[in-house]
Amino acid sequence: MTIRDRLLIFVGLGLAIAADLFLIWGPTLASVGLSTTDWDGISAINVVGAENYHDLAAEYPPFWSAVTNNLLWLAFLGLVATPLGLLFAVLLDRRLRFSRVYQSALYTPVVLSLAVVGFIAQLVYSSDYGVLNAVTGLTTDWLGDPSLNIWVVMVAAAWRHIGYVMIIYLAGLKAVDPSLKEAAAIDGANEAQAFFRVVFPTLRPINVIVLVITVIEALRAFDIVYAINKGRNGLELLSVLVTENIVGEASRIGFGSAIATVLLVISLGFIVTYLTQLFREPR
Amino acid sequence: MSPHVTRRDLLLGAAAFGVPAILAGCSNPATRTTAPTSTAAAGRGVVTIGSNASDEIPKKSLDEVTKAFTSHDVKINTVDHNTFQENINRYLRGTPDDVFTWFAGYRMQFFAAQGLATDISDVWTEIGGDYTDAFKAASTGADGKQYFVPFTYYPWAVFYRKSLWQEKGYTPPATLDDLVALAKKMKADGLVPIAFADKDGWPAMGTFDILNMRINGYDFHINLMAGQEAWTDPKVKQVFDTWRGLMDYHQPAALGRTWQEAGQSLAQKKTGMYLLGMFVAQQFPEADRGDIDFFTFPEVNPQFGTDSIDAPIDGYMISSKAKNVEGAKQLLKHLGQASSQNIATKLDPGTLAASSKADTSGYSDLQKRGAELVSQAKHIAQFLDRDTRPDFASTVMIPSLQRFVGKPNDIDGLLKDIEKQKVNIFTS
Repeated sequence: MTIRDRLLIFVGLGLAIAADLFLIWGPTLASVGLSTTDWDGISAINVVGAENYHDLAAEYPPFWSAVTNNLLWLAFLGLVATPLGLLFAVLLDRRLRFSRVYQSALYTPVVLSLAVVGFIAQLVYSSDYGVLNAVTGLTTDWLGDPSLNIWVVMVAAAWRHIGYVMIIYLAGLKAVDPSLKEAAAIDGANEAQAFFRVVFPTLRPINVIVLVITVIEALRAFDIVYAINKGRNGLELLSVLVTENIVGEASRIGFGSAIATVLLVISLGFIVTYLTQLFREPR
Repeated sequence: MSPHVTRRDLLLGAAAFGVPAILAGCSNPATRTTAPTSTAAAGRGVVTIGSNASDEIPKKSLDEVTKAFTSHDVKINTVDHNTFQENINRYLRGTPDDVFTWFAGYRMQFFAAQGLATDISDVWTEIGGDYTDAFKAASTGADGKQYFVPFTYYPWAVFYRKSLWQEKGYTPPATLDDLVALAKKMKADGLVPIAFADKDGWPAMGTFDILNMRINGYDFHINLMAGQEAWTDPKVKQVFDTWRGLMDYHQPAALGRTWQEAGQSLAQKKTGMYLLGMFVAQQFPEADRGDIDFFTFPEVNPQFGTDSIDAPIDGYMISSKAKNVEGAKQLLKHLGQASSQNIATKLDPGTLAASSKADTSGYSDLQKRGAELVSQAKHIAQFLDRDTRPDFASTVMIPSLQRFVGKPNDIDGLLKDIEKQKVNIFTS
């Protein structure tokens, strides 16, 4: 290594690390720090210790519905939407008639932003003007009933997620060596066995990507519920509560930071699990 | 480094300089579109206005009004209405305009108390004679000084269609019992008696306000809003109990409906009446607007009668960081003139002029009735989210009222939760 190389590595890597510390870890730690204060953005900063966390857990009803909704969202995307995406990918990979048509129909929602999906969901689910009630003759308040709305919104979110997962798996399936399947067939494996024992394991890198995407989508969910009713009344999510408390006129920066810290801890749980899995692998 | 600039060097350089640029870009959350309205000759100083009048009609009316202000050049920075409100804290602490649009009452006092507004008591010594005491009180900070010039306002009342009521023979109720009897009759006639929507979170505040003022009076309401009364007080419980008794006559599935949709149901004669601000007229086709009438929410407790209403006042303040305070004060005096406000009320039939000197001869029938209603009211409240702390209104009251609308039966649990959060917020 020449001096020039070392210098470049030092500058190049150093800048990246400095930017990472400054832009990501700096604000993160600042949020954690602020979460122990009652700062309102204007007056002096008072340290109140863990009070915000106590208030959150004990006295702020939207908090627990947000935590439940976030976990529900994760479970729904992970256990319903993602397997469905895989199923559609497998079906389309069999070169059915019109598979191009199915493929584009399933993939089209992915090009929409979730906020737009939220507006479409309102056209479908609105109790007075929605398509669903008009067609079925029901009078259900799909978006207003807090025990119901999270489910129909997750269906709308899944509508988009399925296409996303499907296209990734489809690409993965196209790359699977056909001779593997032939070999399995010759060895007497039926289709299910061939898929679960032979094809699915070779998709491992794809699975990891899909898992990460699913977790990220679930934790960052925001736009769809915000477009529908600002994430209130049954559609609370942690990301919405952070925004509601910090960004809005309320300016409860300390309190909102505490919610953000909870979201950070949940995210870190998944990130750490994922990274340890990833680094353990080669050994 | 080597004298030759390589592509990598360039990228590094770009990264190094790009970062601060991105940060600078982030530090100004209120993205503003500039629509300068210059008047007459330059060189006499400029007054800037930060305006939330992003809708077409209010925007046009502010343009017209400032055109008549000739002593300074006026520059209007219009921001989307909700964005303006949500960023108000950062805006006032950052580089605010000289004059900014805002709301009367606690919401004004909150920022005045933080030292973010300029005392304009001297403006009031000049314009004070044009305003009633109620308007002056709504413009006065907790320290007794004035910080706000009222411009326009609109009353909240129960709106209905004259033609429908004539056809069915309904008459405006005078008491709560009359209201219930009327609602029963409407139900029998196949109408939904009371239009209702709370998807937006704030319309239910209007119902809470009026019931609280009818049952417990204006003073209790204001103290409750200021955090000085307990939400667990039996008086508050009575408000929710009364409301629950009326729920049967409210339009169901309110949490999935916007006020616009509820307003249209009134226009389409599917619902009988609707408690909302005068802006409900916007949801009526132009031709039907003459058919709108209203009555004030009926008496519940004879001790208070119908002496209070919600009539939120919009107006102007001067930021504490104003560069041209003298010009800003002159502009405020101009905005406080009846003639300026008349320009606005002519363009926007959903509002009334705040000045008592305003010319009401150009008012529509609805405006005339509105002005009459307000002049009869002894107390004018500003609406829940303007009469209390913004953080309490948005993070506690919106979810709580929605919870009540969804499940009207758990009043005790609800009030306990509100009280706990109120203590947290008001003592912080």
